[in-house]
Amino acid sequence: MSSSVLYDVPGPRAIARNRILGIVTVALVLAIGAWVIWRFAETGQFSADKWEIFTYGTVWMRILDGAIATLSAFVVAAVGALVLGFILAIGRLSDRAWIRIPVGWITEVLRAIPVLIFMMLLYYGLPVVGIKMEPYWAVVIALVAYNGSVLAEVIRAGVESLPRGQSEAGYAIGLRKSGVLRLILLPQAIRAMMPVIVAQLVVTLKDTALGFIITYKELLYVIKLLGSNAEFHSPLIQTALVGGTIYVAMCLALSYVAYRVEQRTKRRQRALAGTASTHHPVGETTDTELIALQKGAGKYDSHGL
Amino acid sequence: MGVITDNLDLWAEALQGTLVLFFGGGLIALVLGLVVGAMRVSPIPIARSVGAVYVNWIRNTPLTLVMFFFAFCVPILLRERIDPIVLPTIALGVYTATYVAETIRSGINTVPVGQAEAARAIGLTFGQVMTLVVLPQASRSVIPPMMSVFIALLKNTTVAAGFSVLNLGSVRSWLAEPPRSENQLVVLLWVMVIFIVLVLLLAWLQRVMERKWRIAR
Repeated sequence: MSSSVLYDVPGPRAIARNRILGIVTVALVLAIGAWVIWRFAETGQFSADKWEIFTYGTVWMRILDGAIATLSAFVVAAVGALVLGFILAIGRLSDRAWIRIPVGWITEVLRAIPVLIFMMLLYYGLPVVGIKMEPYWAVVIALVAYNGSVLAEVIRAGVESLPRGQSEAGYAIGLRKSGVLRLILLPQAIRAMMPVIVAQLVVTLKDTALGFIITYKELLYVIKLLGSNAEFHSPLIQTALVGGTIYVAMCLALSYVAYRVEQRTKRRQRALAGTASTHHPVGETTDTELIALQKGAGKYDSHGL
Repeated sequence: MGVITDNLDLWAEALQGTLVLFFGGGLIALVLGLVVGAMRVSPIPIARSVGAVYVNWIRNTPLTLVMFFFAFCVPILLRERIDPIVLPTIALGVYTATYVAETIRSGINTVPVGQAEAARAIGLTFGQVMTLVVLPQASRSVIPPMMSVFIALLKNTTVAAGFSVLNLGSVRSWLAEPPRSENQLVVLLWVMVIFIVLVLLLAWLQRVMERKWRIAR
């Protein structure tokens, strides 16, 4: 990879040294792997009766149920977080101080509370005042509150990073604040922030696993339950490995979407920058356009690094 | 207030548990994150890919699952009893290290290309380029996002509550049963207040450091 600017293309001595360090790295990784496998063998984790549990269809059905419970909490929480994120972001961008300041406080407080504590408050705390809810709703509401406030900040940052000329142009053609926000600012902000938004959704998916602690019967809960089944010689490590693989696969799939979205926006930005420079030679643009263009170009440059 | 003053010993112990998790996990995360971050920008292709696999793997695993592995599976593999706070601390460190590594890597990327090129042009080696030119500049732009990583770590210490470690996250369950059955809602509201104060403290520290280290570029 010659694209790194931190070091030169290696010469013969550097190649030899890099090879030795490479071999040391591989040896270290192999040693850790070998140690884990040795401990597995030593504690009898490879024996057939530890894995027998996976030969039953009903066991797989329960794992599937757990995965569906995880996903259903995630989907509802993701949609809710997006809605709440927009509401809070618009509130915080309001011109009226009596809306902007309280909404700002709510966002900050929701972001500062650990998600798990919020879940506990809903599940263990609220019954004191007579509000009882299923663990499912405690998980969903806590995730919506936390991720919604984070997304609100992301969307707000996206709107504020846009060149001033965008909203000025909107007002100039006679749009009201709502029109400027809805038709001009938000679409651009969402496009610019798409990778961050999807990354936050991956966090939401990961955080559904917290439901395990407040006894929501999601994937991790099923893993623990199956793993402590004495009838099958408590195969905790085995079920954790299988369940862990399912978790990582789900998150990786969503992360891959984020990666693809990021690649696509990068390509589009490059294309836009390219056309802008060819179709608008300096002489033909107005000052405002030029300023907006330069501002935009500067922003993309720092992104490209 | 009675909830706190009547059980002062328990709250102190819980706060101590949270701080041990935070500082222990933070230390592991910093050391491991520095190593992995260095691996990810190093000239050795294998080290780069090992670092990438580690970061992408752990970042796509829920913290609860990482802790599950450490707290439940490691004792089975070691066949030993370990102090209950040790394994969740390591899990927090291993998980947070990936974020530290990525923060360091993106911090290195904010240093203008010309800096590293100039350093190489006067004949510095990779080690010298990093320690004399790139890292001192990167550290300034790394500090604000690094503090955000530690704020997240502080909030993540509560996850240890699911693995029988006494900390601010689990103080609720200790105050749920006789002889100390307290009002659960009040207990949790106090926990929330403590966390908001701690997070605001870290955020204030972040702002102070940001202002102190800011450079005109």
